[in-house]
Amino acid sequence: MQLRYLKNVSTLQMNDDKCTGCGICAIVCPHEVLVIEDKKAHIIDRDACMECGACALNCPCEAISVQAGVGCAAAIIRGKLKNGEPCCGDDGCC
Amino acid sequence: MAEGLRIPDNLFARIPDAPWIIGRRSSLVGDIPRVGTELVWSDITGSWKARWGIKRMNFTVVPGLYCVGEPDDSSPVFVTANYKMTFDRVRKALSGMNAWILALDTKGINVWCAAGKGTFGTKELIKRIALAGLSQVVSHRTIILPQLGATGVAAHEVRKQTGYKVIYGPVRSEDIPAFMKSGMKATREMRHVQFGIYDRLVLTPVELTGLLKPLPIIALVLLFTLITNLFRITPLNLCAFLGAILLGAVITPLLLPWIPGRAFSWKGWLLGMLWAVAVVYMGGYLSRPHGLWISLSQILILPAISAYLALQFTGASTYTSLSGVQKEMKVAVPLIIASTSLGLVTWLVSYLALKGGI
Repeated sequence: MQLRYLKNVSTLQMNDDKCTGCGICAIVCPHEVLVIEDKKAHIIDRDACMECGACALNCPCEAISVQAGVGCAAAIIRGKLKNGEPCCGDDGCC
Repeated sequence: MAEGLRIPDNLFARIPDAPWIIGRRSSLVGDIPRVGTELVWSDITGSWKARWGIKRMNFTVVPGLYCVGEPDDSSPVFVTANYKMTFDRVRKALSGMNAWILALDTKGINVWCAAGKGTFGTKELIKRIALAGLSQVVSHRTIILPQLGATGVAAHEVRKQTGYKVIYGPVRSEDIPAFMKSGMKATREMRHVQFGIYDRLVLTPVELTGLLKPLPIIALVLLFTLITNLFRITPLNLCAFLGAILLGAVITPLLLPWIPGRAFSWKGWLLGMLWAVAVVYMGGYLSRPHGLWISLSQILILPAISAYLALQFTGASTYTSLSGVQKEMKVAVPLIIASTSLGLVTWLVSYLALKGGI
Protein backbone atom coordinates (compact mmCIF):
# COMPACT_ATOMS: atom_id res chain seq x y z
CA MET A 1 0.00 0.00 0.00
CA GLN A 2 1.33 3.42 -0.99
CA LEU A 3 2.07 5.71 1.93
CA ARG A 4 1.27 9.36 1.27
CA TYR A 5 1.95 12.40 3.43
CA LEU A 6 0.25 15.82 3.49
CA LYS A 7 -0.86 17.38 0.20
CA ASN A 8 0.28 20.71 -1.26
CA VAL A 9 3.23 21.32 1.03
CA SER A 10 6.35 20.63 -1.05
CA THR A 11 8.54 23.61 -1.97
CA LEU A 12 9.88 21.86 -5.08
CA GLN A 13 10.13 24.20 -8.10
CA MET A 14 11.31 23.55 -11.64
CA ASN A 15 12.67 26.18 -14.00
CA ASP A 16 11.90 24.84 -17.47
CA ASP A 17 14.12 27.37 -19.21
CA LYS A 18 17.25 26.19 -17.42
CA CYS A 19 16.52 22.45 -17.69
CA THR A 20 18.53 20.61 -20.34
CA GLY A 21 16.76 17.29 -19.81
CA CYS A 22 19.89 15.45 -18.66
CA GLY A 23 17.72 13.27 -16.42
CA ILE A 24 19.87 13.10 -13.28
CA CYS A 25 16.98 14.43 -11.17
CA ALA A 26 14.74 11.57 -12.21
CA ILE A 27 17.54 9.11 -11.38
CA VAL A 28 18.18 10.37 -7.85
CA CYS A 29 14.57 10.95 -6.80
CA PRO A 30 13.50 8.23 -4.34
CA HIS A 31 9.78 8.78 -4.95
CA GLU A 32 9.42 9.08 -8.73
CA VAL A 33 8.40 12.72 -8.48
CA LEU A 34 10.13 13.66 -11.74
CA VAL A 35 10.12 12.27 -15.28
CA ILE A 36 11.87 13.33 -18.47
CA GLU A 37 9.54 13.98 -21.39
CA ASP A 38 10.33 15.89 -24.58
CA LYS A 39 13.87 16.53 -23.31
CA LYS A 40 12.65 18.35 -20.22
CA ALA A 41 12.16 17.26 -16.63
CA HIS A 42 8.58 17.45 -15.38
CA ILE A 43 7.18 17.28 -11.87
CA ILE A 44 4.51 14.61 -12.13
CA ASP A 45 3.85 13.87 -8.46
CA ARG A 46 4.66 16.87 -6.28
CA ASP A 47 2.80 15.50 -3.27
CA ALA A 48 5.17 12.52 -3.16
CA CYS A 49 8.16 14.89 -2.76
CA MET A 50 9.86 14.61 0.63
CA GLU A 51 12.19 17.57 0.02
CA CYS A 52 15.36 15.50 0.38
CA GLY A 53 17.05 17.89 -2.04
CA ALA A 54 18.88 15.24 -4.09
CA CYS A 55 17.48 16.52 -7.42
CA ALA A 56 18.37 20.16 -6.80
CA LEU A 57 21.85 19.34 -5.52
CA ASN A 58 22.64 17.14 -8.52
CA CYS A 59 21.13 19.40 -11.16
CA PRO A 60 24.10 20.76 -13.13
CA CYS A 61 22.06 23.69 -14.49
CA GLU A 62 20.47 24.80 -11.23
CA ALA A 63 17.03 24.36 -12.74
CA ILE A 64 15.49 22.90 -9.59
CA SER A 65 14.93 24.57 -6.27
CA VAL A 66 13.62 23.04 -3.09
CA GLN A 67 13.82 23.99 0.55
CA ALA A 68 15.63 20.78 1.47
CA GLY A 69 15.46 19.33 4.94
CA VAL A 70 14.53 16.30 6.97
CA GLY A 71 10.87 15.74 7.82
CA CYS A 72 11.59 14.90 11.45
CA ALA A 73 9.51 16.23 14.33
CA ALA A 74 12.29 15.60 16.87
CA ALA A 75 14.73 17.69 14.81
CA ILE A 76 12.20 20.52 14.49
CA ILE A 77 11.52 20.49 18.25
CA ARG A 78 15.26 20.43 18.97
CA GLY A 79 15.73 23.37 16.62
CA LYS A 80 12.89 25.32 18.25
CA LEU A 81 14.35 24.74 21.73
CA LYS A 82 17.69 26.07 20.53
CA ASN A 83 15.94 28.92 18.76
CA GLY A 84 17.28 27.88 15.41
CA GLU A 85 16.91 25.65 12.39
CA PRO A 86 15.82 22.01 12.71
CA CYS A 87 18.84 19.96 13.66
CA CYS A 88 19.72 16.36 14.39
CA GLY A 89 21.09 15.66 17.85
CA ASP A 90 24.39 14.04 18.74
CA ASP A 91 22.58 11.40 20.77
CA GLY A 92 22.67 8.93 17.92
CA CYS A 93 19.06 9.51 16.96
CA CYS A 94 19.92 8.86 13.32
CA MET B 1 42.62 13.65 -8.50
CA ALA B 2 42.68 17.43 -8.56
CA GLU B 3 46.09 18.80 -9.30
CA GLY B 4 48.01 20.28 -6.45
CA LEU B 5 46.05 18.35 -3.83
CA ARG B 6 48.61 17.61 -1.16
CA ILE B 7 48.65 14.10 0.21
CA PRO B 8 49.32 14.04 3.97
CA ASP B 9 52.29 12.04 5.25
CA ASN B 10 50.28 9.73 7.44
CA LEU B 11 48.39 8.50 4.41
CA PHE B 12 47.63 4.85 3.80
CA ALA B 13 47.71 4.04 7.49
CA ARG B 14 46.93 0.38 8.05
CA ILE B 15 43.29 -0.33 8.90
CA PRO B 16 43.32 -2.50 12.06
CA ASP B 17 42.32 -6.17 12.01
CA ALA B 18 38.73 -7.21 12.65
CA PRO B 19 36.84 -10.53 12.57
CA TRP B 20 35.31 -9.66 9.21
CA ILE B 21 38.66 -8.80 7.59
CA ILE B 22 39.76 -12.06 6.01
CA GLY B 23 43.00 -10.99 4.40
CA ARG B 24 45.04 -8.21 2.93
CA ARG B 25 45.69 -7.25 -0.64
CA SER B 26 48.90 -5.41 -1.33
CA SER B 27 48.75 -2.33 -3.50
CA LEU B 28 50.67 0.83 -4.31
CA VAL B 29 48.95 2.47 -1.39
CA GLY B 30 49.69 -0.24 1.15
CA ASP B 31 47.77 -3.28 2.34
CA ILE B 32 44.08 -3.03 1.61
CA PRO B 33 41.83 -5.12 3.89
CA ARG B 34 39.92 -7.87 2.11
CA VAL B 35 36.51 -8.30 3.73
CA GLY B 36 34.36 -11.39 3.85
CA THR B 37 31.02 -11.43 2.07
CA GLU B 38 29.37 -13.68 4.57
CA LEU B 39 28.21 -12.17 7.83
CA VAL B 40 29.51 -13.85 10.96
CA TRP B 41 27.82 -14.10 14.35
CA SER B 42 29.40 -10.92 15.72
CA ASP B 43 28.16 -8.94 12.68
CA ILE B 44 24.62 -10.14 13.29
CA THR B 45 24.61 -9.53 17.05
CA GLY B 46 26.17 -6.12 16.37
CA SER B 47 23.24 -5.28 14.09
CA TRP B 48 20.74 -6.40 16.71
CA LYS B 49 22.36 -4.29 19.37
CA ALA B 50 22.36 -1.26 17.09
CA ARG B 51 18.67 -1.74 16.36
CA TRP B 52 18.01 -1.65 20.10
CA GLY B 53 20.20 1.41 20.51
CA ILE B 54 23.01 -0.43 22.32
CA LYS B 55 26.46 0.99 21.52
CA ARG B 56 24.91 2.21 18.32
CA MET B 57 27.28 5.09 17.79
CA ASN B 58 30.30 2.78 18.10
CA PHE B 59 29.05 0.42 15.41
CA THR B 60 31.49 1.70 12.80
CA VAL B 61 34.29 0.71 10.46
CA VAL B 62 37.43 2.76 9.89
CA PRO B 63 36.85 4.99 6.84
CA GLY B 64 38.97 4.09 3.83
CA LEU B 65 39.45 1.58 1.06
CA TYR B 66 38.52 -2.11 1.36
CA CYS B 67 38.13 -4.89 -1.16
CA VAL B 68 36.20 -8.08 -1.81
CA GLY B 69 37.53 -10.97 -3.89
CA GLU B 70 40.56 -10.33 -6.11
CA PRO B 71 39.97 -6.89 -7.59
CA ASP B 72 42.37 -5.27 -10.08
CA ASP B 73 42.69 -1.77 -11.48
CA SER B 74 39.61 -2.21 -13.65
CA SER B 75 37.30 -3.45 -10.87
CA PRO B 76 34.30 -1.36 -9.85
CA VAL B 77 34.41 0.94 -6.81
CA PHE B 78 31.42 1.06 -4.47
CA VAL B 79 31.16 3.99 -2.10
CA THR B 80 29.34 3.55 1.21
CA ALA B 81 29.02 4.85 4.76
CA ASN B 82 31.10 3.75 7.73
CA TYR B 83 28.05 2.63 9.74
CA LYS B 84 28.86 -1.04 10.13
CA MET B 85 25.30 -2.22 9.48
CA THR B 86 25.42 -0.44 6.12
CA PHE B 87 28.96 -1.61 5.34
CA ASP B 88 28.00 -5.22 6.16
CA ARG B 89 25.07 -5.11 3.77
CA VAL B 90 27.25 -3.83 0.97
CA ARG B 91 29.94 -6.49 1.39
CA LYS B 92 27.29 -9.18 1.63
CA ALA B 93 25.74 -7.94 -1.62
CA LEU B 94 29.15 -8.09 -3.33
CA SER B 95 29.46 -11.83 -2.75
CA GLY B 96 31.26 -13.49 -5.66
CA MET B 97 32.42 -10.19 -7.11
CA ASN B 98 35.84 -8.57 -7.32
CA ALA B 99 35.39 -5.00 -6.20
CA TRP B 100 36.64 -2.09 -4.12
CA ILE B 101 34.66 -0.53 -1.31
CA LEU B 102 35.33 3.05 -0.27
CA ALA B 103 33.86 3.78 3.17
CA LEU B 104 33.29 7.49 3.82
CA ASP B 105 33.54 8.94 7.30
CA THR B 106 29.85 9.42 8.08
CA LYS B 107 30.43 9.23 11.86
CA GLY B 108 28.75 5.84 11.99
CA ILE B 109 25.53 7.05 10.38
CA ASN B 110 23.74 5.31 7.50
CA VAL B 111 23.98 6.71 3.97
CA TRP B 112 20.65 8.52 3.76
CA CYS B 113 20.73 10.23 7.15
CA ALA B 114 24.40 11.10 6.66
CA ALA B 115 23.63 12.53 3.23
CA GLY B 116 20.91 14.67 4.83
CA LYS B 117 23.45 15.97 7.35
CA GLY B 118 26.11 16.40 4.66
CA THR B 119 28.64 13.95 6.14
CA PHE B 120 27.99 11.59 3.25
CA GLY B 121 28.71 14.56 1.03
CA THR B 122 30.64 16.04 -1.87
CA LYS B 123 33.43 17.35 0.35
CA GLU B 124 34.00 14.10 2.27
CA LEU B 125 33.87 12.03 -0.94
CA ILE B 126 36.47 14.20 -2.66
CA LYS B 127 38.66 14.09 0.43
CA ARG B 128 38.32 10.32 0.87
CA ILE B 129 39.14 9.61 -2.80
CA ALA B 130 42.41 11.49 -2.28
CA LEU B 131 43.17 10.06 1.19
CA ALA B 132 42.64 6.48 0.02
CA GLY B 133 44.84 7.03 -3.02
CA LEU B 134 42.06 5.65 -5.20
CA SER B 135 43.61 6.82 -8.46
CA GLN B 136 46.69 4.73 -7.70
CA VAL B 137 44.53 1.65 -7.18
CA VAL B 138 42.16 1.84 -10.14
CA SER B 139 42.87 3.01 -13.67
CA HIS B 140 39.27 3.89 -14.56
CA ARG B 141 37.46 6.99 -13.30
CA THR B 142 34.03 5.74 -12.30
CA ILE B 143 32.61 5.31 -8.81
CA ILE B 144 29.28 3.80 -7.87
CA LEU B 145 27.32 5.53 -5.12
CA PRO B 146 24.14 4.42 -3.41
CA GLN B 147 21.28 6.46 -4.86
CA LEU B 148 20.30 7.85 -1.47
CA GLY B 149 23.76 9.41 -1.18
CA ALA B 150 22.59 11.94 -3.80
CA THR B 151 21.01 14.02 -1.04
CA GLY B 152 24.53 14.96 0.05
CA VAL B 153 26.65 14.51 -3.08
CA ALA B 154 26.60 16.69 -6.21
CA ALA B 155 27.80 14.28 -8.90
CA HIS B 156 28.84 17.03 -11.33
CA GLU B 157 30.93 18.72 -8.63
CA VAL B 158 32.75 15.47 -7.84
CA ARG B 159 33.53 15.01 -11.52
CA LYS B 160 34.73 18.58 -11.86
CA GLN B 161 37.03 18.33 -8.87
CA THR B 162 38.32 14.75 -9.06
CA GLY B 163 37.67 13.51 -12.58
CA TYR B 164 35.57 10.67 -11.20
CA LYS B 165 32.20 10.06 -12.79
CA VAL B 166 29.57 9.26 -10.20
CA ILE B 167 27.06 6.59 -11.11
CA TYR B 168 24.09 6.29 -8.79
CA GLY B 169 23.38 2.67 -8.07
CA PRO B 170 20.25 1.18 -6.54
CA VAL B 171 18.70 2.34 -3.25
CA ARG B 172 19.19 -1.06 -1.62
CA SER B 173 22.53 -2.84 -1.64
CA GLU B 174 20.83 -6.21 -2.21
CA ASP B 175 20.02 -4.98 -5.75
CA ILE B 176 23.71 -4.40 -6.59
CA PRO B 177 24.22 -7.79 -8.32
CA ALA B 178 21.20 -7.24 -10.61
CA PHE B 179 22.30 -3.65 -11.20
CA MET B 180 25.78 -4.78 -12.29
CA LYS B 181 24.40 -7.60 -14.42
CA SER B 182 22.25 -5.18 -16.40
CA GLY B 183 25.20 -2.94 -17.25
CA MET B 184 24.73 -0.56 -14.32
CA LYS B 185 21.11 0.19 -15.12
CA ALA B 186 18.70 0.42 -12.22
CA THR B 187 15.07 -0.50 -12.70
CA ARG B 188 12.26 1.76 -11.46
CA GLU B 189 11.81 -0.64 -8.57
CA MET B 190 15.48 -0.31 -7.56
CA ARG B 191 15.21 3.50 -7.52
CA HIS B 192 12.12 3.63 -5.38
CA VAL B 193 12.30 3.87 -1.59
CA GLN B 194 9.96 1.43 0.09
CA PHE B 195 8.68 1.51 3.63
CA GLY B 196 7.15 -1.90 4.12
CA ILE B 197 5.96 -3.41 7.35
CA TYR B 198 9.35 -5.07 7.99
CA ASP B 199 11.18 -1.77 7.38
CA ARG B 200 8.90 -0.15 9.94
CA LEU B 201 9.10 -3.00 12.41
CA VAL B 202 12.91 -2.94 12.68
CA LEU B 203 12.78 0.78 13.49
CA THR B 204 10.43 0.51 16.44
CA PRO B 205 12.85 -0.89 19.06
CA VAL B 206 14.95 2.23 18.86
CA GLU B 207 11.81 4.37 19.23
CA LEU B 208 11.14 2.53 22.47
CA THR B 209 14.68 2.54 23.82
CA GLY B 210 14.82 6.25 23.04
CA LEU B 211 12.05 6.61 25.63
CA LEU B 212 13.94 4.51 28.16
CA LYS B 213 16.30 7.30 29.14
CA PRO B 214 13.75 9.23 31.22
CA LEU B 215 11.89 6.01 32.06
CA PRO B 216 13.71 5.11 35.31
CA ILE B 217 12.60 8.45 36.75
CA ILE B 218 9.03 8.00 35.53
CA ALA B 219 9.00 4.42 36.84
CA LEU B 220 10.20 5.55 40.26
CA VAL B 221 7.56 8.28 40.45
CA LEU B 222 4.84 5.84 39.38
CA LEU B 223 6.00 3.17 41.81
CA PHE B 224 6.07 5.72 44.60
CA THR B 225 2.57 6.95 43.82
CA LEU B 226 1.36 3.37 43.45
CA ILE B 227 2.73 2.29 46.83
CA THR B 228 1.71 5.40 48.74
CA ASN B 229 -1.61 5.54 46.87
CA LEU B 230 -0.90 9.21 46.27
CA PHE B 231 -3.21 10.60 43.55
CA ARG B 232 -4.87 7.16 43.61
CA ILE B 233 -2.76 5.79 40.75
CA THR B 234 -3.79 2.18 40.21
CA PRO B 235 -2.25 -0.69 38.22
CA LEU B 236 -5.00 -0.05 35.68
CA ASN B 237 -3.81 3.55 35.28
CA LEU B 238 -0.31 2.25 34.75
CA CYS B 239 -1.45 -0.20 32.07
CA ALA B 240 -3.43 2.56 30.38
CA PHE B 241 -0.34 4.77 30.33
CA LEU B 242 2.00 2.04 29.00
CA GLY B 243 -0.61 1.03 26.43
CA ALA B 244 -0.77 4.58 25.09
CA ILE B 245 3.04 4.59 24.75
CA LEU B 246 3.05 1.27 22.92
CA LEU B 247 0.27 2.40 20.59
CA GLY B 248 2.08 5.59 19.64
CA ALA B 249 5.63 4.28 19.36
CA VAL B 250 5.09 0.77 17.98
CA ILE B 251 1.57 0.00 16.84
CA THR B 252 0.99 3.22 14.90
CA PRO B 253 4.26 2.80 12.91
CA LEU B 254 3.36 -0.82 12.14
CA LEU B 255 -0.21 -0.06 11.06
CA LEU B 256 0.76 3.19 9.32
CA PRO B 257 -0.75 2.50 5.87
CA TRP B 258 -3.98 1.11 7.29
CA ILE B 259 -4.86 3.84 9.77
CA PRO B 260 -6.98 6.44 7.96
CA GLY B 261 -5.60 9.95 7.49
CA ARG B 262 -2.17 11.30 6.57
CA ALA B 263 -0.79 13.17 9.56
CA PHE B 264 1.21 10.92 11.91
CA SER B 265 -0.11 12.57 15.08
CA TRP B 266 -3.66 12.09 13.85
CA LYS B 267 -3.05 8.38 13.26
CA GLY B 268 -1.56 8.04 16.74
CA TRP B 269 -4.36 10.06 18.30
CA LEU B 270 -6.98 7.87 16.65
CA LEU B 271 -5.51 4.66 18.10
CA GLY B 272 -4.98 6.38 21.45
CA MET B 273 -8.62 7.45 21.49
CA LEU B 274 -9.83 3.89 20.82
CA TRP B 275 -7.57 2.78 23.64
CA ALA B 276 -8.86 5.48 26.01
CA VAL B 277 -12.47 4.48 25.33
CA ALA B 278 -11.56 0.85 25.96
CA VAL B 279 -9.82 1.78 29.22
CA VAL B 280 -12.82 3.79 30.41
CA TYR B 281 -15.15 0.96 29.50
CA MET B 282 -13.02 -1.88 30.91
CA GLY B 283 -12.23 0.06 34.07
CA GLY B 284 -15.90 0.80 34.61
CA TYR B 285 -14.85 4.39 35.26
CA LEU B 286 -18.21 5.91 34.42
CA SER B 287 -20.02 4.01 37.15
CA ARG B 288 -17.54 5.14 39.80
CA PRO B 289 -18.04 8.20 41.96
CA HIS B 290 -16.93 11.26 39.99
CA GLY B 291 -16.42 8.83 37.09
CA LEU B 292 -17.09 11.47 34.48
CA TRP B 293 -14.03 13.46 35.55
CA ILE B 294 -11.82 10.36 35.68
CA SER B 295 -13.06 9.25 32.27
CA LEU B 296 -12.49 12.70 30.81
CA SER B 297 -8.93 12.74 32.07
CA GLN B 298 -8.23 9.37 30.37
CA ILE B 299 -9.79 10.54 27.13
CA LEU B 300 -7.77 13.75 27.14
CA ILE B 301 -4.38 12.35 28.23
CA LEU B 302 -4.01 8.90 26.60
CA PRO B 303 -4.63 9.90 22.95
CA ALA B 304 -2.31 12.90 23.40
CA ILE B 305 0.52 10.60 24.49
CA SER B 306 0.00 8.30 21.48
CA ALA B 307 -0.28 11.28 19.13
CA TYR B 308 2.99 12.77 20.36
CA LEU B 309 4.92 9.52 20.02
CA ALA B 310 3.46 8.82 16.57
CA LEU B 311 4.57 12.31 15.54
CA GLN B 312 8.13 11.37 16.56
CA PHE B 313 8.10 8.58 13.97
CA THR B 314 8.07 11.15 11.13
CA GLY B 315 11.85 11.27 11.40
CA ALA B 316 12.25 7.53 10.92
CA SER B 317 9.79 7.38 8.04
CA THR B 318 10.96 7.57 4.44
CA TYR B 319 8.38 9.88 2.93
CA THR B 320 7.73 12.93 5.13
CA SER B 321 8.94 16.37 4.05
CA LEU B 322 10.18 19.16 6.29
CA SER B 323 7.38 21.47 5.08
CA GLY B 324 4.84 18.76 5.76
CA VAL B 325 6.01 18.01 9.29
CA GLN B 326 6.17 21.74 10.09
CA LYS B 327 2.58 22.09 8.90
CA GLU B 328 1.46 19.07 10.90
CA MET B 329 3.19 20.29 14.05
CA LYS B 330 1.67 23.75 13.82
CA VAL B 331 -1.71 22.15 14.43
CA ALA B 332 -0.80 19.04 16.40
CA VAL B 333 1.60 20.33 19.05
CA PRO B 334 -0.72 23.01 20.53
CA LEU B 335 -3.58 20.49 20.55
CA ILE B 336 -1.42 17.85 22.28
CA ILE B 337 -0.31 20.35 24.91
CA ALA B 338 -3.88 21.64 25.46
CA SER B 339 -5.31 18.14 25.69
CA THR B 340 -2.67 16.97 28.16
CA SER B 341 -3.05 20.08 30.34
CA LEU B 342 -6.84 19.80 30.41
CA GLY B 343 -6.49 16.10 31.15
CA LEU B 344 -4.25 16.81 34.14
CA VAL B 345 -6.73 19.40 35.41
CA THR B 346 -9.65 16.96 35.19
CA TRP B 347 -7.51 14.32 36.89
CA LEU B 348 -6.81 16.75 39.71
CA VAL B 349 -10.51 17.62 39.96
CA SER B 350 -11.48 13.97 40.23
CA TYR B 351 -8.76 13.39 42.82
CA LEU B 352 -9.75 16.35 44.95
CA ALA B 353 -13.44 15.44 44.66
CA LEU B 354 -12.74 11.87 45.81
CA LYS B 355 -10.39 12.99 48.54
CA GLY B 356 -12.85 15.60 49.76
CA GLY B 357 -15.58 13.02 49.61
CA ILE B 358 -17.79 15.52 47.85
